[in-house]
Amino acid sequence: MSLDRSVTNSMPANRKKLMNRSKRRTGRRHPLATVALLALGLVFTGGAYAALSSGSVAQAEAEPTSQETIEEGKKLFQANCATCHGLDAQGNNGPSLIGVGAASVDFQVGTGRMPMQMQGPQAQVKPPQFTDEQVKQLAYYVASLGPGPDIPADHLVNGGGDAANGAELFRINCAMCHNVAGAGGALTEGKFAPALTGVSGVHIYEAMVTGPQNMPVFNDLNISPEDKRDIITYLKYVQDNRSPGGFELGSLGPVAEGLLIWIFGLGSIVAITVWITAKSN
Amino acid sequence: MSTATTRSTAPEKRSFTAAASEYVNDRTGIAVAIKGLGRKAFPDHWSFLLGEVALFSFVVVLVSGTFLTFFFQASMAEVEYDGSYVPLKGVEMSVAMASTLDISFDIRGGLFVRQMHHWAALLFVAAIGLHMLRVFFTGAFRKPREINWVFGFLLFVLAMAEGFTGYSLPDDLLSGNGLRIIDGMVKGIPLIGTWTSFLLFGGEFPGTAIVGRLYTLHILLLPALVVALIAVHVGYVFIHKHTQFAGPGRQPTNSVGPPILPIYAAKAGGFMFIIWGVISLIAAMFTINPIWNYGPYDPSPVSAGTQPDWYIGFADGALRLIPPGWEFVWLDRTWSFNILVPLIAIGIFLVLVVGYPFIEAWVKGDKREHHIADRPRNAPIRTAIGAAGVTFYAGLWAAASSDLLATHFSLTMEGVINALQATVILGPIIAYFITKRVCIALQKKDREIVLHGYESGRIVKLPGGEFIEVHQPLDEYDRWRLVSFESYEPLMIRPDARGKITAGQRLRASVSRWFFEDRIAPVTRGELEAAHSSHHAEVDTTHG
Repeated sequence: MSLDRSVTNSMPANRKKLMNRSKRRTGRRHPLATVALLALGLVFTGGAYAALSSGSVAQAEAEPTSQETIEEGKKLFQANCATCHGLDAQGNNGPSLIGVGAASVDFQVGTGRMPMQMQGPQAQVKPPQFTDEQVKQLAYYVASLGPGPDIPADHLVNGGGDAANGAELFRINCAMCHNVAGAGGALTEGKFAPALTGVSGVHIYEAMVTGPQNMPVFNDLNISPEDKRDIITYLKYVQDNRSPGGFELGSLGPVAEGLLIWIFGLGSIVAITVWITAKSN
Repeated sequence: MSTATTRSTAPEKRSFTAAASEYVNDRTGIAVAIKGLGRKAFPDHWSFLLGEVALFSFVVVLVSGTFLTFFFQASMAEVEYDGSYVPLKGVEMSVAMASTLDISFDIRGGLFVRQMHHWAALLFVAAIGLHMLRVFFTGAFRKPREINWVFGFLLFVLAMAEGFTGYSLPDDLLSGNGLRIIDGMVKGIPLIGTWTSFLLFGGEFPGTAIVGRLYTLHILLLPALVVALIAVHVGYVFIHKHTQFAGPGRQPTNSVGPPILPIYAAKAGGFMFIIWGVISLIAAMFTINPIWNYGPYDPSPVSAGTQPDWYIGFADGALRLIPPGWEFVWLDRTWSFNILVPLIAIGIFLVLVVGYPFIEAWVKGDKREHHIADRPRNAPIRTAIGAAGVTFYAGLWAAASSDLLATHFSLTMEGVINALQATVILGPIIAYFITKRVCIALQKKDREIVLHGYESGRIVKLPGGEFIEVHQPLDEYDRWRLVSFESYEPLMIRPDARGKITAGQRLRASVSRWFFEDRIAPVTRGELEAAHSSHHAEVDTTHG
């Protein structure tokens, strides 16, 4: 649905803009023509893919989840994770991982949150301890223990969706913790919603389907895979397009603006007043 | 200036300037005014320029705001956005929001002017705040300037109102959230709250009227009041003369400094352009209020890190500091003390701010005029009260950013809130005592310097083998600066004409005792002479 809307909406806008611009650069020579073509291509391929792949379930890429991978994952798991999660991932000090799915492991381990550095209000991001291959091995081992959300397919996380729809969904569902520009925010008792800048599309998607730390789960009935893709598209847009107004001041809103005007604005002006009224020696 | 006398005798060879001046003067008689005003002296001190900063940034606000009115449409009619900003394309929003986005993305220079308007507004209120602090801490609000303090205070309140109405105009998520909080505060007032809210919003929040109404206030009523009050405020500065710090030749009856024409006017004119330059630079470099991130207002979403602009922060902080559970049902009505207590606390605070000049005059029983500004240390209690007030305000202000304090300093939100609750209640008391002690210590140091001079750092070995540090006496100009201040003593309780001591007098006496019990008197001539002679005698007899 959202695909059709985005296509129909973008068409007249593009055409209008092409006509409004100066005559020197119109049609396919227009600077935005490449972007428009690319966007259209992505929308159509994405749409076709979505239509063909029978909708809601996020399919894993055709990666061979061989027994060997799972065995490797099991070894890694028992060496690195079993202390808390139990030898068979049944849970010990930490929660049981049976049925959490590959997406959960890929998120937690892939962002460095697991293995956890220390007990605290929530697991902190740190440089990942495992290679991508090892993360996948762990993920498929855990996935083999019980059905759960899988690592999302590439077309859902590459930012090829409708940014406007994503922005609206983000404001309604995510901004109260993560801030409208994804700058992060505070939760209770030392917990926090992290900033989303620099987080890969795969990890954002996985976070939405698995609800890590204090985050709620946004399942496919709540926010459809296409809508999740749109949200990722919006976040990528915000990240790739710097603010047209200059430095963003961390996108933190009026507090950062107030600090700037008091410290640098009024600070520099007071320095100037001192200079103006200084007596020559 | 002397056109009247030169007219008859002047030969044909008159310069163009002279002719033009004469032409104008013959028709306006402006020479009298220029002669009077141009020779008015304006004392030179950096802190005396803060009010000008406010004035010049207000000019920027006025001019940039006029530009914005050409393009802003204060309507809450729904439209589908079809401008340049991709992540909002096709989103339903009000015309107000869409036109603000058009100003930002599709009107040449629009974003720059919008940012200039907003940054200049922030600077305007900040400069007013700092200017008020200067006036307070130097006692420049004393007779005859109490009324002008009140006008200045009203300007501060009007500036905040201007700021808030402007913040609410774009109808983006942030402004809508801000209005929702105001709506909640208004509805929290017993009896009249709900009626007032419905009157304000033309029905249940958010309605379709509020942006248009705020726009009228923002561009018509409030600016008119601000301009009128600025005229009165600055007019009174001319009538009263500017205060000056104590110094050689500076009397309550005179005003020492460069004359307005040409020196002061040139400086102030240049300064005006510097202020405009600073605002332009900031507006060109830093994003402010990126409404495209916030999106159109919708009553359901609230962003993390939703704050008002800095000058409303203290009110937001007050709301955040109230512990949970202060709202209860009584007589079948909800009593929102979580809202009433902050409202009352802020109300009392503001009344104390505006009323302080009158309170201090009453405590002192001082009906004289004061044109020499105090050094803050020479009025320890006033300075301490000011520091307590600043601490209280700063605690509330910081509380408005409690969530950001928590995330950026890796603290818990509850910890931040509890610490700030303590700061708001205990902080002013601690600040009061520390400031009072610091002021008195500084006064003692001044006294020491006047009596015994500066430590020169030159160590001399006396013939007897003893080392002494030579103290360098002050020159007369510096000494004048340090000794010329007034010291008040506590008022004595005296029976009135009917031989009675009223309760009011008792109160006044006790407050006066609180004010002036601990005091350092300025060095008198006698003390100075005694110190000098004894010092010399000391050197002569003991060390000589």
